[in-house]
Amino acid sequence: MAQLTRRTTDLLKPFSAALSSTRLLTTTSTTPITVETSLPFTGHKIDPPSRSVETTPQELMNFFRDMALMRRMEIAADSLYKAKLIRGFCHLYDGQEAVSVGMEAAITKKDCIITAYRDHCIFLGRGGTLLECFAELMGRKDGCSKGKGGSMHFYKKDSGFYGGHGIVGAQIPLGCGLAFAQKYSKDENVTFAMYGDGAANQGQLFEALNMAALWDLPAILVCENNHYGMGTAEWRAAKSPAYYKRGDYVPGLKANGMDAFAVKQACKFAKEHALKNGPIILEMDTYRYHGHSMSDPGSTYRTRDEISGVRQERDPIERIRKLVLSHDLATEKELKDIEKEVRKEVDEAIAQAKESPMPDPSELFTNVHVKGFGVEAFGADRKELRAVLP
Amino acid sequence: MLRIMRNKLDAPVFTSPFLKPAGLALRSYSSSAKQMTVREALNSALDEEMSADHNVFLMGEEVGEYQGAYKVSKGLLQKFGPERVVDTPITEAGFTGIGVGAAFYGLRPVVEFMTFNFAMQAIDHIINSAAKTNYMSAGNINVPIVFRGPNGAAAGVGAQHSQCYAAWYGSCPGLKVLIPYSSEDARGLLKAAIRDPDPVVFLENELLYGEAFPVSAEVLDSRFCIPIGKAKIEREGKHVTITAFSKMVGFSLKAAETLAKDGIDAEVINLRSIRPLDRPTINASVRKTNRLVTVEEGFPQHGVGAEICASIVEDSFGYLDSPVERIAGADVPMPYAANLERMALPQVEDIISLENILKDVDENQGAPTSNEDQTPMMPLGVESNLGDAFHETETWQLNGASGLQVWEEVFW
Repeated sequence: MAQLTRRTTDLLKPFSAALSSTRLLTTTSTTPITVETSLPFTGHKIDPPSRSVETTPQELMNFFRDMALMRRMEIAADSLYKAKLIRGFCHLYDGQEAVSVGMEAAITKKDCIITAYRDHCIFLGRGGTLLECFAELMGRKDGCSKGKGGSMHFYKKDSGFYGGHGIVGAQIPLGCGLAFAQKYSKDENVTFAMYGDGAANQGQLFEALNMAALWDLPAILVCENNHYGMGTAEWRAAKSPAYYKRGDYVPGLKANGMDAFAVKQACKFAKEHALKNGPIILEMDTYRYHGHSMSDPGSTYRTRDEISGVRQERDPIERIRKLVLSHDLATEKELKDIEKEVRKEVDEAIAQAKESPMPDPSELFTNVHVKGFGVEAFGADRKELRAVLP
Repeated sequence: MLRIMRNKLDAPVFTSPFLKPAGLALRSYSSSAKQMTVREALNSALDEEMSADHNVFLMGEEVGEYQGAYKVSKGLLQKFGPERVVDTPITEAGFTGIGVGAAFYGLRPVVEFMTFNFAMQAIDHIINSAAKTNYMSAGNINVPIVFRGPNGAAAGVGAQHSQCYAAWYGSCPGLKVLIPYSSEDARGLLKAAIRDPDPVVFLENELLYGEAFPVSAEVLDSRFCIPIGKAKIEREGKHVTITAFSKMVGFSLKAAETLAKDGIDAEVINLRSIRPLDRPTINASVRKTNRLVTVEEGFPQHGVGAEICASIVEDSFGYLDSPVERIAGADVPMPYAANLERMALPQVEDIISLENILKDVDENQGAPTSNEDQTPMMPLGVESNLGDAFHETETWQLNGASGLQVWEEVFW
């Protein structure tokens, strides 16, 4: 019966809105659907929000597409790195897409996000383009940082994305600073300062958290707990791996980071809290399929069984796929088509990025300052390579 | 050579006229010149800049209710309120990061360190989060922040509280490093620093806070600003150039007075700006006087004097009549005992007792000849404590086309 319905729906697509007996919801519909998060939330010094999350078919489809795009981008970056088109560091986010996508669904571009070096997908979520990503990774001038930053230094200030930071833990006080500025400017927006389970032990986190709590800053500290700080498992690095509780006097909430709706609910809840009551810690229980970076195989400190187990049981894209199918929003084939489309989009962006030239040599000396006062700067051969800073 | 377009200079800012030189002791008072301590100068600069721009705020330990650990921020909390004068806990890494983050967003923080020794706890944020961000983001995010506080030795505070950081910060691209001496410097440079769209490290000196200097009406004007990257010739001279910064400017001026009695006319340059370093002014001065002494309080190795020496050697080698003299703090952690502490820091006597200078001047009966009628050869009378290096240089100069080319570049 279901199959018949589906075929009828295909034929009758333009009339599907009128026919209430077949597909009730189209993929562009904003009729609310309620989904349950996979797991309940755990609270620390706070009452956790409900497991029921409001969404719409449009949002579900967007989640699927966005996460598929992020997944495809990271896999493509893996190949580019192995082809030596990307150099240096490359920290991939595949497996963790739900955190970025769920967060974006709960906030606006006026809220700020700051994260560490695993930033490609966060940048994409904030409105960055694939071309800007790939060109930056390959060090070309069409990159978001004109090729001068690299994988760890993506920024997009107009969308509230403040990077992209290479020093573990530094982004947390910076994020609290963004929140300070938002409060100072009376903006009614919040900052999400993201960090990993490795950075969760940094002293500056606690220094910044103390000040955020003291001054009621609208700061939300988000621990993306993928259970490994580089090669060190959380139980080997932290006496207390309950990162949502580490704030002590600051309330915390733990959510399943592989469930985009749990992330969305947690972020929505946190934003409301932060605007009224000051800082809160979110712990997203997530997982990365790749190693810490491209120079880490990721299998010396964890078993392949563990990795494939998470992929089978908890993959964020699979969860959305199942939801889409169970709510009858699209067929298997349609979803596969979306994935093909996404793949094509990524391939095109890569081709375009490869065409982009490397930055002009004069760019070596630009952006050192905003105002250079006509001072001279020198290269390695001080007689040959010199420039005036404008 | 690679050149990039030089933008038109911004609208001119008020600059202070040269204090008219030599004969006058620099603290001469006319009835119209007002006296202002460095502390008052800094306080007034902060007050004015905070009044002019709501985005400017002050943050640090004891800056608010305590009125400032050194009373530099006295009265500011009362005037601007606790939102704009923020007392922080004793967590440098944390509050410096918060300051930089606020600057990312568009505010203009002034972060005070009780001394720059404590800033070492926050140096990652100063360098990696502030200095480099405009470059790494290709101009997307600029960081209009000022890090200020006392730098260098105080009196009897021991090894952990006495280090001078001018050389450390001065080596970092992306930072501007300013270091005032007088009240005029303090006012003008701090105002320029706060208005600057880039991160500025502003190195004050605790022992100078209480010193009074005459300030003109122009300096007192709320629009007064000193251009960044320009040194000031505090005292014009003919026989030797002395570069100094912060407290050592005062010592150098005293030394110059004493040298003047012996017929040696010293030119004293107050650097004001460690980064960018005013190479043109220093070079022009050395090309005039042919001798250079660099004075600093900090450790000698890889110090500011070393950089100045290298710069002169690169650009004005042939003009030197004697090797560059560096006077710096002793190469030891600062001792506590008063006599040892005195030995560990440059004193006026150290600046005066410059063997080469006195020797050369004596040999030439009071005034070394100007450079114009000399052929561009290495002067022969110089005691070659350069040793073998000197002779190697000579050989290099005469042989090889590339050597000659470079030689020509230096001289013609």
